[in-house]
Amino acid sequence: MPYEQYETVIGLETHVELATKTKLFCGCSTEFGGKPNSHTCPVCTGMPGSLPVLNRQALKYAIAVGLATHCEITRHSKFDRKNYFYPDNPQNYQISQLYLPICRNGWVEISTPSGKKKIGIHEIHMEEDAGKLIHDEWTDSSLVDYNRSGVPLIEIVSEPDMRSGEEVTAYLEKLRLILSYLGASDCKLEEGSMRADVNISVRPAGSSLFGTRCEMKNINSFKAIERCIRGEAERQIERIEEDKKEVVQETRRWDDNKESSKAMRSKEDAKDYRYFPDPDLVPIDVSDELLAEIKEEQPEFQEEKAVRYKEEYGLPDGDIRVLTSDKRLAEIFEETAKLSGLPKKASNWLIVETQQLMKEKNEEPKDLHFSPEHLAVLIKMADENKVSSGAARQIFNAVYENDCDPEAYAKEKGLLIVHDEGALRAAAEKAIDSNPKAAADYRAGKEKAIGALVGFVMKELHGKADPGQAGQLLAGLLKN
Amino acid sequence: MSEHVIDDDTIDNIEILAKLSLTDEERLQAKADLSEMLSYIDRLNELDTQGVEPMSHVFKVSNVFREDVVTNGDGSADTLSNAPARKDGMYQVPRTFEE
Ligand SMILES: [Zn+2]
Repeated sequence: MPYEQYETVIGLETHVELATKTKLFCGCSTEFGGKPNSHTCPVCTGMPGSLPVLNRQALKYAIAVGLATHCEITRHSKFDRKNYFYPDNPQNYQISQLYLPICRNGWVEISTPSGKKKIGIHEIHMEEDAGKLIHDEWTDSSLVDYNRSGVPLIEIVSEPDMRSGEEVTAYLEKLRLILSYLGASDCKLEEGSMRADVNISVRPAGSSLFGTRCEMKNINSFKAIERCIRGEAERQIERIEEDKKEVVQETRRWDDNKESSKAMRSKEDAKDYRYFPDPDLVPIDVSDELLAEIKEEQPEFQEEKAVRYKEEYGLPDGDIRVLTSDKRLAEIFEETAKLSGLPKKASNWLIVETQQLMKEKNEEPKDLHFSPEHLAVLIKMADENKVSSGAARQIFNAVYENDCDPEAYAKEKGLLIVHDEGALRAAAEKAIDSNPKAAADYRAGKEKAIGALVGFVMKELHGKADPGQAGQLLAGLLKN
Repeated sequence: MSEHVIDDDTIDNIEILAKLSLTDEERLQAKADLSEMLSYIDRLNELDTQGVEPMSHVFKVSNVFREDVVTNGDGSADTLSNAPARKDGMYQVPRTFEE
């Protein structure tokens, strides 16, 4: 059977680090980059006799993500121990949720060039992260830092509903948007706060049976995910078509440099985790009050914002897509639009100049620190012709950089347009006197000749005149 | 009550999962012990548990939470005092990385 007659079936297990200040079960900081093992205590290093206590905020984030992905919230939930030995796991078990995960049976909608599609969410459960292992070349040993041990994660398990790398990327992008709108995670795939294990199988296109799947680990970027899916699907089809063998269910480690994968040792793959309920952690009963509190705090999400921006501001779809791609950018836009009363202009500054400066400075929307107040003042100054468009861009650079007051900055740098009628008239008269040929040409009907005179006025006033106003005044003077 | 026979494969698997290696003598002993334990646990099957929720906690307590506030300082000295070997402020363990 030719390769094109196969389809790839993909499901994702996405681990997301929650944005809490402290770990899942103890008061240790989750801050990144601390001295090795400085954010540790008896709880997160699994000392006998220590007692874990659940972080309420982590629970709230997990439920909020579940609500945003249309899940049923499990009103009576528990934690279980997943037993395995590895140096990154000081307790010899990871606290996770097997039997009663906090959220179940949800979905998200993705958009790809081939249209909209719902991707099912099988479940979302809470669990703790492991420590970090570093290979020490000098001694050929491994060094362990437990600062990440016990950091709260949620694992979002999708249904096997995706069929291409494109759909997987759209799905992850959708999760990233939801999580960042909620403030539940900073979602950096590259920095490890969002990690995905990809389950891949192949089957004849149109079949409703599932092939044997392989779980791919160690995928560190969006681009790597697409390469990994292509590579693994090809490997499986080749095995079936050329080697006439069946696909073996296994965990494989993706090597993005070699663009190939290798089966992990079967011992590591031994999926006998002997789960049992954690006796140290009491069950969770999600009360109506807690659920109401979380619902109350849900933000307006991207889709809802997009609809409203169309209705309320009449913005083009392209503008809306950029503005709503990030909650912070959307907030700056809404505030600036309100303060300036000029939504389209507010949008232009944010999707053109702001994006350009962010790109130059390699910054993200979360790094933006200028106030909507100052941007709104600048927009009004430009709209009222108090500064030229070139000067407005120069002022914006300063606002972007230092959040300075645009009026004070324009005054200090001499960028305000001269609206002083006397000064303008004097410059216009001087222009006519000094350029008799241009003046005569204009009077003879060559309208374009006025350009030279406007140029003279602008130069005379060091660029601080309004060219339109200067042109009108010159035309008036030349008629007489 | 049924007799539980623990075969060599089961013992092999338990050795892998528990990261233990037993001598031949210990294996024989373990087989006998495990068989006896399982038979003992079998007695629970004599009870009718139809409609009884599995119990995971002894006390009727739920919803014990903490607020998301940092309460712990630098715990590295205490944590590392338990390390059999250490280097650069970290636990030192046999290498775990594959080639
Ligand atoms: Zn701790």
